[in-house]
Amino acid sequence: MKFRDLSDLAFRNLREAVLRNSLTTLGVAVGVASLVAMLSLGVGLQQLATSRLAKSGLFDSVFVTPKTNLRRPGGGPPASRTPDAKARPLDADARAEIARLPNVIEVYPQIRFFTEVRYDGKPYATMVAGMPESSKASGAFDGMQGSFFSSPNADEAILQTEFAKELNPQTASLIGKDLVLRYAERQSIPSQPGETAQNSGGFSVVPKERHFRIIGVVETEPASGFGGFGSGRLLIPLPIAETLRAAQVNDLRDILRDSSSDKPTYSSLTVRVKSPSLVEATEAKLKELGFGAFSLLDVSKGLRTFFRVLDLLLAIFSSLALAVATLGIVNTLVMAVLERRREIGVLKALGAADRDVKQLFFVEAGVMGLFGGIVGTVFGWLIGRALTFGTNVYLHRQNLSSVDISSVPLWLVLFGIGFAILVSLAACLYPASRAARLDPVQALRYE
Amino acid sequence: MPDAQPAIQLDQVSRHYLMGESVIRAVDNVSVTVPTGEFLALLGSSGSGKSTLLNLIAGLDRPSSGSVMAHGQDLSKMSSLEVARYRRQTVGMVFQSFNLLPRMTLEENVELPLRLAEVDRSERSTRVREALQRVGLEKRIGHRPSELSGGEQQRTAIARALVNRPKILLADEPTGNLDSATGESILSLLREIQQNLGMTIVMVTHERILAERFADRLAVMGDGKLLSNGAAR
Ligand SMILES: Nc1ncnc2c1ncn2[C@@H]1O[C@H](COP(=O)(O)OP(=O)(O)O)[C@@H](O)[C@H]1O
Ligand SMILES: [Mg+2]
Repeated sequence: MKFRDLSDLAFRNLREAVLRNSLTTLGVAVGVASLVAMLSLGVGLQQLATSRLAKSGLFDSVFVTPKTNLRRPGGGPPASRTPDAKARPLDADARAEIARLPNVIEVYPQIRFFTEVRYDGKPYATMVAGMPESSKASGAFDGMQGSFFSSPNADEAILQTEFAKELNPQTASLIGKDLVLRYAERQSIPSQPGETAQNSGGFSVVPKERHFRIIGVVETEPASGFGGFGSGRLLIPLPIAETLRAAQVNDLRDILRDSSSDKPTYSSLTVRVKSPSLVEATEAKLKELGFGAFSLLDVSKGLRTFFRVLDLLLAIFSSLALAVATLGIVNTLVMAVLERRREIGVLKALGAADRDVKQLFFVEAGVMGLFGGIVGTVFGWLIGRALTFGTNVYLHRQNLSSVDISSVPLWLVLFGIGFAILVSLAACLYPASRAARLDPVQALRYE
Repeated sequence: MPDAQPAIQLDQVSRHYLMGESVIRAVDNVSVTVPTGEFLALLGSSGSGKSTLLNLIAGLDRPSSGSVMAHGQDLSKMSSLEVARYRRQTVGMVFQSFNLLPRMTLEENVELPLRLAEVDRSERSTRVREALQRVGLEKRIGHRPSELSGGEQQRTAIARALVNRPKILLADEPTGNLDSATGESILSLLREIQQNLGMTIVMVTHERILAERFADRLAVMGDGKLLSNGAAR
């Protein structure tokens, strides 16, 4: 039989027992709805977690340190350092070299220092943090008042909201105002003959001032790598922070060491790569170059495994509902075979092959699966929306910003519908073969 | 106008059923030949094996032994797909209980064999109309079987059996559920079809008098065996 005639007859048969068939279809829909809702939660939570983590910069960053001097406070002359020939200082050359590595977006030091700020004539003590350009995409600046730095070299500042409130409770009115940053600049004194490297008096500290325009207020400092993030109260573009060359709190070791050189050395650098998947390779390359490298990759791997397992568990639990629905289909179709014995006999007497009878039942089951799948996917999506809505009402009461905890991507829609059809066809295997095997002579015997 | 090749040729056909220990010989060693274009009436008491024999000719059942040939084709050598095609194309069947599908209109019932034979949609409605015209029911085309009298239902079943233009028409007590006047009109319809279309008809019946009037030949069965095989007139 041609498919159009098959589906014609199938729809006819479905309409003839419309109540029973719609209830069966509804059973499939409930099963699919629970599956889709569960998986949409799994997908949504994973997306939420990974997007937050990806934006945080923790999972696409490698933390680089020099390999040597950790056990040697004060360092020493190059000749007396560790015999590891590959070990090398983390200086500007090294930074440039790392920046040239493939897939590296940005290489920057953690620059943060405690200093004094004057605003409206009053002094405030605060922590200044340099913001790399890539932190713009971190998400922390998404809902900010004002805007991000117009350029990496602009004399502009973004205030952390608590600090902004100290300056003026109406934080919005701060934007566009100026503040003065007072800082200490490190200036090296030219080496004098006879002086040893151990001498820490190779530089002097000169107090300086610089004007910044306040262009924004932000909730918290984004995590721009490892260590101490979230503590910055006054955010300025990283290149500016670097040129200030302040006596950073975590840069003391650098100050103590290598002070004879005009080039800065870093106790650590943060390397941002294009995606978390590239972290491992970059980490290996950095170690090859003779640096210490560290990343949170293992943590993110564990996280991914966790979500895999979560998805699997959710799928197994919701499959139970679908299994029940499957039994419903089997039952409905077996009933249909019994009821339609005579009709099947007539079809065979008129020349229907076993295959035609089988296909007829498969099309009927497939149609129930298709409708059940569509309705179920819509239900599942609605359940996900309802859960998201409920969560957000709760979060709103707690003054937290809203999140999307469920997500129904296209693959999940196709999976939901496809799975429903597949399950229905599987449920049809037994009833269809029973119908096909029906002996027309028995079915047509005159009673 | 006998054809060189007979329409139906049964050679020592048996159909046995096993009921526990005992063997029921529903059809026992029957040999009969039906020339093309003949109207054969099959008589016999209830349980004598008439329906079983008809189902063997129709390919709905397979013999335990012996061979069933139809227009030179050996049914026992056909695959189940081929037998299905034989039922679609070579034979048409009519039953005592009509066996129309109750929720389909006459048109849809008669169209069913065309769907199974994958006849083009464009051709179907003319063929359905033609078949219903032949049995005088073209005006009832949109009705359902329940809205028709028994005789009209049997005419619809005949139209359905004819719509694929088979060579052989097999009828199992087509008048069994009808009063005698209606039964007579059904038989004269079958006779008309046989003569106009040159169709071979094998009809099972109880009614010897009607069979003698309309059939070319009478065959009588008893206890699974063919008792007589003579001409009707
Ligand atoms: N499936 C079966 N199993 C056992 N016996 C059967 C079966 N079908 C038919 N018979 C027996 O075969 C014999 C012939 O039946 P049937 O051909 O229907 O007779 P008729 O049509 O002449 O009344 C009967 O005795 C019947 O009981
Ligand atoms: Mg009978």
